[in-house]
Amino acid sequence: MSRSKGGLLERLAQLPPKSLRAFATDTRVPGIGLGLVLVLFPLLDPNKSHVNVAADAGTFILLALGLNIVVGFAGLLDLGYAAFFAIGSYAYAMLASGQFNIHIPFWFLLLTSAFTAAFFGVLLGAPTLRLRGDYLAIVTLGFGEIVPRVFKNASTFTGGVNGIVGLDQPSFPHVLGFPGYKFGFNPVPYYFLILAILLLSVVLISNLRDSRLGRAWMAIREDEVAAASNGINTVTTKLLAFAMGAAFSGFAGTYAASKLFIVSPDDFGFVVSVSILVMIVLGGMGNLRGVIVGAVLIFFIQRYLLIQLPGWIAALTANIPFLASVDVAGYVQRSNYLIFGLILVFTMLLRPQGLIPSAQRKIELELGTTEEAVADLRGSA
Amino acid sequence: MKFFVDQLVLGLTNGAIYALIALGYTLVYGIIELINFAHGDVFTVGGIIGLTLIGIFRLEHLSPALLVPAVILLFAATMTITGFLGVAIERLAYRPLRNAPRLAPLITAVGVSFVLEGILFMVKGANQISYPNLLPSGKIGGGAFEIGITNLIIIIIALVLMVGLHQFIQRTRIGRAMRATAQDRDAARLMGIDINRTIAITFFIGSALAAAGGIIFGFYYQSIVFDQGFEAGLFAFTAAVFGGIGNVIGASLGGFVIGLILTFVAGYWSGGLQWASVVVFSILILTLVFRPTGLLGMRVAER
Repeated sequence: MSRSKGGLLERLAQLPPKSLRAFATDTRVPGIGLGLVLVLFPLLDPNKSHVNVAADAGTFILLALGLNIVVGFAGLLDLGYAAFFAIGSYAYAMLASGQFNIHIPFWFLLLTSAFTAAFFGVLLGAPTLRLRGDYLAIVTLGFGEIVPRVFKNASTFTGGVNGIVGLDQPSFPHVLGFPGYKFGFNPVPYYFLILAILLLSVVLISNLRDSRLGRAWMAIREDEVAAASNGINTVTTKLLAFAMGAAFSGFAGTYAASKLFIVSPDDFGFVVSVSILVMIVLGGMGNLRGVIVGAVLIFFIQRYLLIQLPGWIAALTANIPFLASVDVAGYVQRSNYLIFGLILVFTMLLRPQGLIPSAQRKIELELGTTEEAVADLRGSA
Repeated sequence: MKFFVDQLVLGLTNGAIYALIALGYTLVYGIIELINFAHGDVFTVGGIIGLTLIGIFRLEHLSPALLVPAVILLFAATMTITGFLGVAIERLAYRPLRNAPRLAPLITAVGVSFVLEGILFMVKGANQISYPNLLPSGKIGGGAFEIGITNLIIIIIALVLMVGLHQFIQRTRIGRAMRATAQDRDAARLMGIDINRTIAITFFIGSALAAAGGIIFGFYYQSIVFDQGFEAGLFAFTAAVFGGIGNVIGASLGGFVIGLILTFVAGYWSGGLQWASVVVFSILILTLVFRPTGLLGMRVAER
């Protein structure tokens, strides 16, 4: 009350610049701007294939966010993450297609696939998470190999090498006078669906990270013995990270399968697991923003650069007599393994915290998790 | 009976290859507690280096009299080159991360594996590459006990290398340094052991043995492909864990056991070939769950 010295007009005159300044310095503004772009872009861009690519990128962002819980938060190396993706996809394919003539609605399966994948995560994790950390890497690697093979070989249930074609596509039912809506092959509704899922996931995961459970994950990552002696049940906590990571992967699997219309056992190999790992390592383990940036970058390289670049190079080198015979374009086309490998090695050697590091993780990775590092961490936090 | 003997010989031959790879896993794990994911690909690279040397020196067209020394030289040269590749990998990718959190070297190892596979894929493509068999073919014995000479020579080569390695580790100064470093790195350093050199030698030996496995694989199956090291590496790692990781005799034994299991599953169960790898990975998981120290393992510190 005592602040209102001037008249009403004077105060009103002061208002716009003040609020503008507040607007300019408000940290939420870039986020809101980005949100507007993301929502408006499919409506403004007439090219549906761009929307389609963006919707596919969303799948990988979701996968990267999920793997980040396991690798980034809890520090467990899961090399078979695509297995849970496969489980989510096949769960949907078997329960919502002509395969057994079962047609359970998409929305129900989208939720349950997360639990199905989490169940398999617990099944694998419960016996193996008691072991040393690096054994988990090799066990998940083996699991990641087994699952697609089982889907490939158990052909009476899964359609074998051909997979399952003709999955049900999501739709809104016709209720209370609202007309029904079928997704069909139009990428736009899929895009908005994954956008909504991602928004929910980011809110959920960042709350999880700051919760008691999230802090327990990071405590285990930093020093398992110290965490255990502070009363954290390390096995249950690790199992929860593993199950939640798997749940996100299964969730993404159902979404991707319904969008793709088919599932094939060859889409879930080791390369998929590693490419998701590359996303989070490059972006910055443990940092949501970094993970999303990493996922978009790697998806762009995979889906656009490695497909377009060979053509450009072929066009460029066609007129150079020496290079035309070398098939440079062919080499570039076959360079995806090498690129992934180099990204992993050089990120770990030169910038282990990734492009956009989580402040806490950066300290750990630079100084190691010795006693001194933990003390430093405590001082800075 | 004849079928059984054939399967047994095939299983031991496969087992010899897996055992040679498994030794590298077990040596490296024993000394720096790192699962060297790139090791399976070092095996493939070894096979390709051998193939390149065969091509350069035109060993296929050599007169039979010269073939025995030529093959011995081929093994020696390939094993040396691949050994130095292993040393280079350790020096460039793993040594800088020796004191980093455990996740860092593991992720780097996956990366190195992809780099090696990626280079082979870029240069050689995804097709099977044909490989000559320089070992004598034909069979010895008779009746049910007719055994391929190639199989016999492969098993003998593997056994010679294994016994040689065991003697090396048990009897030489460097072998003793390796055992000491594996037991307690800091104490070993205090005793004047050059840790970096010892670890480098370990990588050299492991990679050289994998290279021998790569050539043998090429000779026997007469083809090689850029990503064969992935599955072979997983099988060999299973063998190392099954035998007791860190234990040289265990890895050899585990290799033969895994080879036999794989072959018998594929041989006696129609359609079993598709499931063989599922069986091996199940063995891996069951071993880790119920007997993480393996058959002969002793020391697996909890960390």
